Amino acid sequence: MNWNAIAAIYRFEMARTFRTLVQSVISPVLSTSLYFIVFGAAIGSRIDQVEGVSYGAFIVPGLIMLTVLTQSTSNASFGIYFPKFIGTVYELLSAPISFYEIVIGYVGAAATKAFMIGIIILITAHFFVDLTIAHPVWMLLFLVLTCISFALLGFIIGIWAGNFEQLQLVPMLVITPLVFLGGSFYSISMLPPVWQTITLFNPVVYLISGFRWAFFGQADVALGWSVAAIVIFMAACLFTIGWIFRTGYKLRS
Amino acid sequence: MATVLNVKGVTKTYEGGHQALKGVNLEIEEGEILALLGPNGAGKTTLISIICGISTASAGRITVGGYDHARDYRAARNLIGLVPQEINLEPFETVMNSVRFSRGLFGKPRDDGRIEEILKLLSLHDKKDNRIMTLSGGMKRRVLIAKALCHDPKILFLDEPTAGVDVELRKDMWEIVARLKETGVTVILTTHYIEEAEAMADRIGVISKGEILLVEEKDALIKRLGQKELLIELDAPIDAVPEALSSYPLTVSDEGGLIYAYDAQAGHTGITGLLADLREAGLHLADLSTRQSSLEDIFVDLVKEDAA
Repeated sequence: MNWNAIAAIYRFEMARTFRTLVQSVISPVLSTSLYFIVFGAAIGSRIDQVEGVSYGAFIVPGLIMLTVLTQSTSNASFGIYFPKFIGTVYELLSAPISFYEIVIGYVGAAATKAFMIGIIILITAHFFVDLTIAHPVWMLLFLVLTCISFALLGFIIGIWAGNFEQLQLVPMLVITPLVFLGGSFYSISMLPPVWQTITLFNPVVYLISGFRWAFFGQADVALGWSVAAIVIFMAACLFTIGWIFRTGYKLRS
Repeated sequence: MATVLNVKGVTKTYEGGHQALKGVNLEIEEGEILALLGPNGAGKTTLISIICGISTASAGRITVGGYDHARDYRAARNLIGLVPQEINLEPFETVMNSVRFSRGLFGKPRDDGRIEEILKLLSLHDKKDNRIMTLSGGMKRRVLIAKALCHDPKILFLDEPTAGVDVELRKDMWEIVARLKETGVTVILTTHYIEEAEAMADRIGVISKGEILLVEEKDALIKRLGQKELLIELDAPIDAVPEALSSYPLTVSDEGGLIYAYDAQAGHTGITGLLADLREAGLHLADLSTRQSSLEDIFVDLVKEDAA
């Protein structure tokens, strides 16, 4: 293992995060606060409780997931796309590092950043609602696994993307709708029966449900399904990355 | 001297069917400077990209310092530094951070002292905390060299180091290469400036259409440059060199005249004797002229022959 190389990539990516602190950290905090004001305070005041939890608290896990999913995906995709775009990728390809070490560096940094933002949102939420976390270890485990698996997805997108539009395409057109429709702001039991069934095809439902279970001890779907969903998703990403490594897809001509 | 890089039968065919390299063989000795000359599209960058691991070869074998560049890629790549043709740099980073990143990628622990030494060698030290986007084109090129040198490679590839660079900087670059040679670094540079190859290289290789046409000591080539030709036009064209003149290195020109090759630097050119013997043989001169082939001629001829 070339640990120095992994550390170099990780530090370089994290330095970018700290250099662009305002976009990186403050903007998710601001947008989350807006969600709390609009959904939690304005609309939430008219909704009593969802499954015994105040609406303001109920949306916290969904809000964290919404931001963490988009952040980990876009960070990792940008992280590997940018060197491709400006041409510095030649350095990665000619260095004595394996493809997996490149993945660990970029995905690790993107996941760390997303994790940090998730925690910051959690702290911000504390200022708006009373929160007690029922299963803190599970909560952290779900958060970490989600950050890593969506950063893996982001890495794949970054390798695949041929321009900046494509880079935005998946986060905007796929991830955001799936998260919104995945029960971030509602329990899927509140949906008409047909939609409840359709919703089960949305993988994000399982993530949010599991994450919410870690907070409140209640879930839309069984915990086992949530764990299975994230493991399957991560395995699929790892498999794709393995394929990219073997074929040199869009990296080595 | 030991062979530090060995390229054997390397071919590269792109997906569209274009064959960029057609069985390249090349041996590089430790500590030498080899200039790879070739027109645009000859395969210079493709060859370098394959050696450095940016592209994959379709066939062939490469060893770097005895390590197979595919199987023992870590050991092989550790020995190589690459300065690409394009100025590819992170615009928002400082010089120091960018070079630190490169050193880290090559698995070396952080050593700012060593990096500063390299920056000094390249007259970049006072710019170490500047953001790359604020540097001039020439300075950016130096940053690329610093990034390539920061892990102390044994072999440095310079892909068109002076393309689009002003005369002064070009001279600086030649000086830098000379200094690197003193420290024992093997340098392989590609260029299409013949002057550059003459100024820097120990050996010169010519590549065209994916094939190495020749690799020769520069001095031997210069000797060839010393060769002059005396063109003798005759009143009556001939089709063979007369028997009486067979002791001279003569050839018959396309126009039916004679071409006499001689060494201009030698004390005795043999021209006086030749002219006397020409009259003796009954040949009447119409005109005389001399011609000196340059490295450029040799290069152009080689590339033309290859194209034919």
